[in-house]
Amino acid sequence: MNRHKGLSRAYTAVVLAFLYLPILVLIVFSFNKNKSRGAWTGFTLDWYRKLFTNDMILTAFMNTLIVAVVSSIFATVIGTAAAIGINSMNRWMKKSLRTLTYIPIMSPEIIMGVSLMLLFVFLRTELGLPLEMGLCTLILSHITFNIPYVIFNVLPKLRQMDKYAYDAALDLGCNPWQAFYKVVIPEIMPGITAGFLMAVTYSLDDFVISYFTAGPTSQTLPLAIWGQLRRRVSPEMNALSAIVFVVVLALLVAGNFSAIRRENRDRKAVGR
Amino acid sequence: MKAKFASVPYLVWIVIFTIIPMLLIIVFAFTSPEGSFTIANISAVGRYTDVIMKSIWLAAVATAVCLLLSYPFAYILSRRPARQQQVSLMLIMLPMWMSFLLRTFAWMTLLEKTGLINRMLGVFGVGPLEMINTSGAVVLGMVYNYMPFMILPLHSVMMKIDNSIIEAAQDLGASPMRVFFRVVLPLSFPGVSSGITMVFVPAVSTFIISRMLGGGSNLMIGDLIDMQFLGNAYNPHLGSAISLVLMVIILLCMSIMNQFDDDVDMEGAIL
Repeated sequence: MNRHKGLSRAYTAVVLAFLYLPILVLIVFSFNKNKSRGAWTGFTLDWYRKLFTNDMILTAFMNTLIVAVVSSIFATVIGTAAAIGINSMNRWMKKSLRTLTYIPIMSPEIIMGVSLMLLFVFLRTELGLPLEMGLCTLILSHITFNIPYVIFNVLPKLRQMDKYAYDAALDLGCNPWQAFYKVVIPEIMPGITAGFLMAVTYSLDDFVISYFTAGPTSQTLPLAIWGQLRRRVSPEMNALSAIVFVVVLALLVAGNFSAIRRENRDRKAVGR
Repeated sequence: MKAKFASVPYLVWIVIFTIIPMLLIIVFAFTSPEGSFTIANISAVGRYTDVIMKSIWLAAVATAVCLLLSYPFAYILSRRPARQQQVSLMLIMLPMWMSFLLRTFAWMTLLEKTGLINRMLGVFGVGPLEMINTSGAVVLGMVYNYMPFMILPLHSVMMKIDNSIIEAAQDLGASPMRVFFRVVLPLSFPGVSSGITMVFVPAVSTFIISRMLGGGSNLMIGDLIDMQFLGNAYNPHLGSAISLVLMVIILLCMSIMNQFDDDVDMEGAIL
């Protein structure tokens, strides 16, 4: 049995090493003096300095943030409303809407990207809408693939909610809007926040759909990375990866800690 | 209740930004640039049969490797204490939050002719090996990027397998092999099939991995589509026809996988 345990432990370690070694190599070599990535020639922070003075990367970073935040806000509003609507439908309608909502999640990104590109070209050339490829089309596309994540985060919270809480609020003298704001929204808030955060992360990371809908002028960070990679791979990209990795790690750890703290608080509240 | 109407904006949105665009692909696939009906685009896809077959083959190999590597991992994980499982799952998902491009780029730097692996082999007097720009590198890139998509659904199913069921089988005299094939495997099947879909679909439609790790000689369907829409070959009608073929391949794969499980809870799998 002991031998078994050692074996499974070793296997887990190998798989994790497979997942992390490339990232680690990338980060280590972001501090390498030499441009070629094979040989270590000394420690430097030059690539980080160059990264923060690279205008193209910085503009792309701003664009990414704008697109992610704006599209996630819209997606959260539309998605939350949609979830509330779906929750009150009969079984048949619920099922068909859920299936519809799976389309953007399950269909390959390239198909979504291409089809949205066709739509934007169609709207501009056939209907004459002033819809140039740029930040606007990017945001519209990101809202489209973000809404499902919000819906699937909010729906379970609505299902868990006490069906009569809303009616009770009405009985106690709230008008429908008050009942909605004071009872329904606080109940489903964890789902809304989770959906919003998920939308932001997917939006920050999206490459394929942005690639087809961004047009030549406005770049997001992943698009800028792609442009760089196509020309010549520079160690600045290593520096960028290292920063992204550390930021994400910090966010995850912080998120995990706050989850644990919340758990503890809830446990205390129940104990009382 | 009037709450139903809250979903109207979403319905409008999904019609404009999901259904109409999909229909546009179909319309474009069956029309000529002048706008008349034609099946020339669809029949032109026949020229690319070898690329399509190769994409399916590479994605299938990558899916199989993912399954073989992930299955034991997910099983081992599911037998650990809950806290350890949580931490391990976070470790699995962490690389996923890093840009897909950068992760693939990491392999570029490792596999290159003057890359780290070749230099290390050089110390022992081996190589340099031709690793990048091969179909093997493409498969490796797929396995590396999509393995979490296999581990997560497998783990979420295996987590629910009660230890006492396994013990009962052992007590009743089943050999370890028999326990595996008669108890664990059947119970984990929904996870296997959703894992296969979740790896195969992005793998067969990728164009980044093949471009970065496959060089020019390992074109995939995604590359063809990209070339027709944003490349030199600009022809959205042919591009739409190829996209349509890709959609059919994926729907086929998904319906085959759906045969094996009646109702997988996708919510658990994507979250």
